[in-house]
Amino acid sequence: MISKEEINAALGKGLTQAQLDALHNARVAVVGLGGLGSNIAVALTRLGIAHLYLYDFDKVELSNLNRQYYFLDDIGQYKADALVKHLRQINPYAALHSQVIKVTEDNIPTLLGDCDIICEALDDAAGKAMLVSTVLSNWSNKKVIAGSGIAGFGKAEEITSKKITKNLIFAATATAIFTIYRSAVHASHSALCSRHCLPHALF
Amino acid sequence: MLINGEEKALACPTALSELLTQLGYRTAFVAVELNGNIIKQTDFGSTTITDADKLEIVSFVGGG
Repeated sequence: MISKEEINAALGKGLTQAQLDALHNARVAVVGLGGLGSNIAVALTRLGIAHLYLYDFDKVELSNLNRQYYFLDDIGQYKADALVKHLRQINPYAALHSQVIKVTEDNIPTLLGDCDIICEALDDAAGKAMLVSTVLSNWSNKKVIAGSGIAGFGKAEEITSKKITKNLIFAATATAIFTIYRSAVHASHSALCSRHCLPHALF
Repeated sequence: MLINGEEKALACPTALSELLTQLGYRTAFVAVELNGNIIKQTDFGSTTITDADKLEIVSFVGGG
């Protein structure tokens, strides 16, 4: 069994102790574990985030496999359960608080009270607006990373992230959220560029 | 009045919900910051906007 220290050293390679501490101590929520959220959670785990709060009420379907971080064996399982299995394959020592639940205005204080950063990854516009408005009006010390308009086969360089207000960062996709997470941005670029090279490309 | 960094004139004090509708936004799909504070969606109707206010309106598109 690989030790916690070995995992931390591998995930935190090249980082200073202060950076490692910041990643280990942060409490990050991912609300919605679909195309955006499942990939955000994987990216956060590889980044070394050790406390994740994962919320989704849905089950994995075959049609999710084109973009979401799930596999054939996951079909029929709750996303909140299936994703935890995969994240444990990256960091078995991460504290993963996952729950099969629909996040609403009423349960946000309970579900997100302990978190410093909330990644909004819901699929409907009203849910996104509700989550952002509720979190930022309830707390002045939490940061929200929100996504919007991420679907489609556009070029990766069209993806941007922008600070809108003091505590709201608007990102167009999971991989653009952390500018230090360049490998994931690069992987997305590579995948999309490969698509552009295909005959009968969809663009 | 400043909306998303652009100067706009507001003739008379207006409810935020009405202003959003006038500007073409669907109130359920937006988050609004008024003078640095995020406004709860349930308070859109009871919040009055004047010509001295600064607004940031973030509009969401579905897809996750």
